[in-house]
Order: sequence, then structure tokens, then C-alpha cells
Amino acid sequence: MSGFLAGLCIAILPFLALGFWLGRRTARPESLGGLGTPVEHATFQTLHTASLAAPPLRAGLTEETARKSARRLRTLLGTDALCLTDRQQVLVWDGVGAHHRTEIMARLAGPLDAGRGEAFRLTCDAPDCPVRWAVVAPLTVDDRVHGALVACAPRESAVLVRAAGEVARWVSVQLELADLDQSRTRLIEAEIKALRAQISPHFIFNSLAVIASFVRTDPERARELLLEFADFTRYSFRRHGDFTTLADELHAIDHYLALVRARFGDRLSLTLQIAPEVLPVALPFLCLQPLVENAVKHGLEGKADKCHIRITAQDAGAEALVVIEDDGTGMDPELLRRILAGEVSPSGGIGLSNVDDRLRQVYGDDYGLVIETAPGAGMKITARLPKYQPGVHSAARLAPE
Amino acid sequence: MNSTFVVPAVALVVVATVLVGAFGLRISRTTSDFYVASRTVGPRLNAAAISGEYLSAASFLGIAGLVLVQGPDMLWYPVGYTAGYLVLLLFVAAPLRRSGAYTLPDFAEARLASQAVRRLAGAFVVGVGWLYLLPQLQGAGLTLTVLTGAPDTLGGLIVAVVVTATVAAGGMRSITFVQAFQYWLKLTALLVPALFLILAWQGDGAPRHAFEEPPAFREQRSVRVDDTLDLRLDRPLTVTVSGTVDGRPHKDAELSLPAGTHRIDRGTRLTFPEGTAVPTADRGSNGGMSTSLAVGREERPLYATYGLILATFLGTMGLPHVVVRFYTSPHGVAARRTTVAVLALIGGFYLLPPVYGALGRLYAPELALTGDADAAVLLLPDRVIGGLGGDLLGALVAGGAFAAFLSTASGLTMAVAGVLTQDVLPSRGVRHFRLGTGLAMAVPLAASVLVGGLPVADAVGLAFAVSASSFCPLLVLGIWWRRLTPPGAAAGMLVGGGSAFAAVAATMAGLPVAGTLHALLAWPALWSVPLGFLTMILVSLATPGRVPAGTAAILARFHLPEELRAEELRAAEVKA
Repeated sequence: MSGFLAGLCIAILPFLALGFWLGRRTARPESLGGLGTPVEHATFQTLHTASLAAPPLRAGLTEETARKSARRLRTLLGTDALCLTDRQQVLVWDGVGAHHRTEIMARLAGPLDAGRGEAFRLTCDAPDCPVRWAVVAPLTVDDRVHGALVACAPRESAVLVRAAGEVARWVSVQLELADLDQSRTRLIEAEIKALRAQISPHFIFNSLAVIASFVRTDPERARELLLEFADFTRYSFRRHGDFTTLADELHAIDHYLALVRARFGDRLSLTLQIAPEVLPVALPFLCLQPLVENAVKHGLEGKADKCHIRITAQDAGAEALVVIEDDGTGMDPELLRRILAGEVSPSGGIGLSNVDDRLRQVYGDDYGLVIETAPGAGMKITARLPKYQPGVHSAARLAPE
Repeated sequence: MNSTFVVPAVALVVVATVLVGAFGLRISRTTSDFYVASRTVGPRLNAAAISGEYLSAASFLGIAGLVLVQGPDMLWYPVGYTAGYLVLLLFVAAPLRRSGAYTLPDFAEARLASQAVRRLAGAFVVGVGWLYLLPQLQGAGLTLTVLTGAPDTLGGLIVAVVVTATVAAGGMRSITFVQAFQYWLKLTALLVPALFLILAWQGDGAPRHAFEEPPAFREQRSVRVDDTLDLRLDRPLTVTVSGTVDGRPHKDAELSLPAGTHRIDRGTRLTFPEGTAVPTADRGSNGGMSTSLAVGREERPLYATYGLILATFLGTMGLPHVVVRFYTSPHGVAARRTTVAVLALIGGFYLLPPVYGALGRLYAPELALTGDADAAVLLLPDRVIGGLGGDLLGALVAGGAFAAFLSTASGLTMAVAGVLTQDVLPSRGVRHFRLGTGLAMAVPLAASVLVGGLPVADAVGLAFAVSASSFCPLLVLGIWWRRLTPPGAAAGMLVGGGSAFAAVAATMAGLPVAGTLHALLAWPALWSVPLGFLTMILVSLATPGRVPAGTAAILARFHLPEELRAEELRAAEVKA
């Protein structure tokens, strides 16, 4: 019997979970109805309906978003029919009297051009047609008319004209926000494009100078370094895709360090500990190399003796944990905070703040760099990279074995 | 059985697991050579790791037990467990890798761009994971009980505590080397004793009647009945009884039981003379559940076999701890090669359990009577070889069995805890992952205490059935059909997987149904998988407007080899 009960419990669990989830999704603040006066209640109701209609419109004015929001908007206005149009066609008709679509579109040319609201009587052959009168309110974004909100009613009503105007203005604000969202996305894309592939010019000069110094004394070495340089610049200047794999990024770091070691010789030593499970992880292009460059700079800066750099990549469930550590001069945490906040521009290179920005843009604010440092105590930079993130795909296959 | 060597062997495996979990990362290679450090996991190593995580208690103990009790029909189990990878290879492996998804919910989101479907897939991952964890814990309990006489739940508790502790502490993440080592450990633990057993069998004159019906005692054997059971006799049986038979107490009396059904009370000791056929035990009538699935199988053998084949063939692709391993392959082609290697490794392993089953029928047929058939693998070395050698081999097998429980259970717990943390519990963070780990293990542990004795291979079969009815349609249609929509996928998973889950719950609860309905509930895959596919297709066709916008590009990424895409991009770049 206990077995039966246990089975029953197991069977009920998923349904409970489903019920809880559905309940949470469909919960409405209607329970607030018990609070406050009827007027306050009506206010809550209106605000709630408006807030439900807002999210779809935030994606811009399309057939789908119009369909999703039209019902809420009609509830808000309390009319028999409501239609949303863009400049060419009716996007959605919610409510009765859908046969007026073409007539509305024909009458809309004036208001859409003028950008002013209008109310007019509808002509209809059907004797029992419930809508006889329409009020048009244009939807404008930055003084450009994007479309119109048309509310239809059985008879003229000044209240409806006023309400339709207000709702149209509110919808316009949402569309403006959508516009803003779009430009923000474009800005981020442009920023990513601008941020990526900025290898520091100093590095190029220094590398070429080092190679030049070997040309006479050790031509073979110079040739090898030149090839390393070519490989690194090819990786840095490639145009396809915004993302790469950890394996490819590590290869680029290898080429980079070969050039740096040619310059500094034995002063630079390195330990690597890479979990092979995380090598296929996709990550923004050139987002670890600047961290290594930073470690080299801090490690060798202001001291004559050796510097040790340690690169670790661990597997941590659904994330990869990349740690880059140096035992150099370190940094005042307060100064670092200001550099990351963009208040002070760092002395050279694009460095940490750029990588931090890009990681946050791609993975969200939870995934910024974590930096542990103090003056004279070296620096430890930790980056968390989710193994899967929608939209993040490495463009090319891993480097051949 | 002598437990002198068993306890140290099990303790060794447990301690090794804890230590590897704690220090796993520190022993991985440290170098200053990029070429060495950034070598990806090769297909063969990854395949061994997949096999190590995949071969669970069901494979290690369950198959031999089923073969012992029910004969060669049960060979469909190892065939199915292996052939699942063939389906995975043909339809899923490479596109799944190219999708970039790490878990099944990731795949749902990558393909359908829908958070709702993602959450639903997450819920099914948790459900399948729990169903699969349950038999691991039961198997651990059984192993310890049989070998040392410890209480039933102790073994399960040990596995649960060790796995929860190591996973929550951050160890046992997905260390490929460790899991690969587990595979070779399990193979050794079965192969070496099997060789000795076969030698002993040869020395015994190589008796060949293993699968003649019914198995018979080769020598005088006394059996203690631990749970009250009904004995069904086809012909009269002479047996020495001390205990209660048919309500009458006897003390060392020789009884002649006529053909028919006889009730043997618990605690009764039966001594069978040499050459007697082993009678069939029937537990269906006393509320026990050990043979509930077997009854369905006896009534509808063909239906049950096809149900099993469908569930195991199509269920493998939905096992959460197997899917995450494919992420380690560097590209789609490597994922395919890995699957081929898995087929070879697992195929090799599965040759061994049937050997134990067949030898069990010869040398330990009374296990079919006492309901401890799953213990056949553990008991055979002692029974056949005996002495110090038998004890040592038995300890080796016990250690291997615990390795099986630990590796599969930790892989599953990781997967379930990951989904619980990411998609179910409110916010993220290390503490939440620990909470998720505790929850991931607590539920199956509680269930294993409550539900009790379903044969482990059958319980795993049920997990396969749910996986086949929910994830198989999602993966196959998601990869091969461009008109799949989020509502279709959600409906298909809910209807197919939900109905399979309900059937499984009814079976586990031991609902008192009989005949066709019982067979339908015990082997749901044959109707629930087509139901899942059909629902997914019909609802998708009914909602053509909801096909995700980027479907064509997504499918192109799934199916085009990576080099080709890179070349295309380079070509586009040149033009630009």
C-alpha cells in the first residue's frame, strides 16, 4: 500500500509543479480588488490592462504585435471595434464590423498624411451593422506617422474621441520605446564591431622591431616569428562571425606569447591548465587575449626580475571558468574600479574595461570580469563563460589537431 | 557470504570517488605547452567516458538478473541499450553537437527560441533523471544487503550521500578521464570474474542446458523465502520444509506438494533435492511488486518485447547525462566518431551480463525464487568458485557495481541539479546549485525507500520509456522537420511524455489492474512514442504562424559541416 501511495505522490508531483507554474503565470493582481474604493479599483484595472498591452508593442508595430495588443487596447477603450493600421494596411481588426477594413483604409489617407486625428461617419449597407462611426488617432514616433489607431462605435461620442487620442499617445510612447530599443541594439552591435579586433598598435611595433632584430643574427628564428605574427594578425583581423572557440582563442594567445617571449626571453614564464571539456566553448572573439596582454604588461612592468603567468580553464557544470593570474605589480583596486567604470582611461591599450563591456553585453550583467588585486600582490582575473547562450555560435571549426 | 573483502572493496571505490572529486582538477595536467594543453578530447576517450557514465546498475546487475529469471528473451535489453546509440548516431549526434546546446533544455531553446518549451524540457529532464536515479539507489541497497546483510536502504543512502557531497562540493564535474576510467573499471570487474567463471564451468564439464525450461537445481539446495510468495507448480514437488506452507507450520518435514498454487510464508526454509525443476514464484497476489512487469510480459510477450525495443532504441538520446557529454566533442564529425566508438565499447560490455545470467540459471537458480535475481552477478563467484578466490572476485564485482552506481548517479545528479538551478529554482548562484543537488538526490532517495522492489532493469526501462516519448520527438523533429513550432513541441512533450509518465507512475504504484491494460501501462513506449510524435506534428501543422523566424538558418547550422560553413562565411567576406 505504501508503494501505491508513493507512486501516487510521484505521479502528482509534476501536476503540482505545472499547476504552480500556470498559477504564477496567469496570476492577476485582481485580488487587489478588495482593496481601496471603487475608483481606485477601476484605476488598478486600467493600469493593469495597459501594462498587459505594453510588452507586445515594445517589439514594434507589426501584424503579430498588433494582434497581441489589440484586445487589451479595446478593453481599455471599451469600444465595439478597434483596429490598428500601419501606413499601408489594416494590421488587426478586433471586435465587430470587420467588413469596414477597406473603407477605413481609404478614409485614412488624409489623417495619416496630416498626422492629425479625425472622426467620421461610416457608410454601411448592412442595416444591422453595429458600428456607424469611427475615430482615427495617428500613431507618431519622432513626428513621423507610423500608423493609426481606429476606434469604432455605434454613435458619435466626444469621450471616445478624447480617450482614443490618449490611448494612441500611450501606444506611440510604447512604439517610441521600441524604436529606442532598436537603436540601442544597433548601438551595441556597432560597439561590438568597434570593440573587437583592436590589437594594440604598440604590440605591432614591438613585434616588428623584435623580428627585425633577429633578421641578421638568426634568420630562421625571424622567419618563425614572422609566421607567428602572420597567424596572429590573420586571427585578429578576420571578419566573419563575432564569436570564436576557446581552443582558437588559446591558439591566438599562443602566437601572441611567442612574440612576447621573443622580446622578453626568460623573464616570462607560463603555466597552463586547461580542462579539455571546455575547449569547444564559444566566446566573444579576442576577449581573453587582452587579459593575457594585460597580465604580461603588469607582470613585467616596473620590475626587473621574472614574471609568472598562469592560465586556467576549468569545467564548472554549465559554465567554463577561465582564470588568468600574474604575479606582477598589481593595482590599486579603487583605480581599477574607476577604470572599469570608464571614469579614467587606462594608460595604454584597450584592456580590461573593453573585455568586461563585451562580456556583459553578450552574456548579461552577471557575467562581468571578476578581478582580485592589490598593489604589489599581482592580479587574478576570472571570466565565467556559459557553455550555451542563445545567439552565441562560434563561426569556424576548431583548429585542426 | 563472506564480507571480509567486500567492505574494503566498496570502501575503496567510495573513497577513491570522493578523493577524485575533491582533487580531480589538481591532478589534471599542468604545462606551459599550448599544444599539449589545448588538445581536445579525442573520440575514443570521450566514448569511454560516455560509456562509463552510461553503464549503470541496470546494466551491471539487472540484465543478468532478468536473464536468470526469464531466460533468453531478456537479451533484448542489452541489444536495446546498445542500439539506442545507433539511432543517436544516425539521427541526432552531429546536429545536436552543431546546435551548440549543452543540455536538452538548451537544445529546445536553440531550436525553438521559446522559454516555455525550455522550461518544459527542463521539467522532463528532472523527471527522467529522477526515474533513472531510483534504480541506481535500489541497486546499491541490494548490493550491500546481499553481500553484507546490511539493511535494505543503507547502500542507497551511502551512494546518495557520497554523490551529493562530491557534486555539491564542486567535484566530479564532468572529468572525462575519471569517467573513462570508470568504464574500464566496470569492464574489468565483470570480465575477470567472468573468465574465471567460464573456466570453472569448463572444469565442471560445460553443462549446456542453461536455457532449457525450466532451470533445475544441480545439487541439493536449501532456500530461505524472505517475502511471502505463491508457488505455482506444474507437477508435484517433493521438498523439505521448515516453516509455514499453505497456512500449516512444518518443522523439517518432507512434504509432497501436488500441482497447483501454494502459499509459502516469509521465513520459511525450503530444501530442494538434486534435479528438481525450480518452481515459479508469483508475487502478484500479495501486494509486492517485484514481478509486476514480468506478469505483463508473460501475458503479452510480443507486445512487451516491442515496447522494450522502442523504449530503449529511442530513449537513449534523451538521457540528460549522456547528452551533455557530446558537448565535449570539438565538432559534429567528432561527435559521430565518438558515438561509433561508444557502440563498440558498450557492445563489448554487454556481452558479459548475459554470461552471468546463463551461469546463474545453472548454478544459482533459486535466486529466481527469492526475488533477489539482481544479485546473481554478485553471488556467482562465491557460488561457483568459492574459497579465497571466490571472495576476491566477489569483492571485485562489488567494487565494480558500486563504481556503476556512483558514476551514473553523479552524472545524473549533475544534470538534474543543473536544470533545477538554472530553470526551476528562482535565482542563480553556488548556494542554489547546492540546494539543487540536495533536491536532485532527495526525491529519488525518498522514493526508493517508499517504492521498493521493482527489478532495476525494469525501472530503468521505464525511465527510457518516458525519455523516448518526450525527448525523442523533440530531437528528431527538431532536427529533421522545419515546420515544428513551439506550441507543437510543448504539446507533444506533454502528451507523449506525460502519458508515459502517468503509465510509469501507475506501474510503480502497483495499480491493481490486469491483462491488456496492465501490459499497456507497464510497456508504455509502443503507444506513447507515436502519440508524442503525432501530437507534435498535428499541433505544429495547426499553428503554422508560430514557426520560429530563424528556422532555416538554424537547420542549416545543424546540418552543414563546420568547415563548409566557415568557407561560406569566408566567401561572403571576400565578396563584401
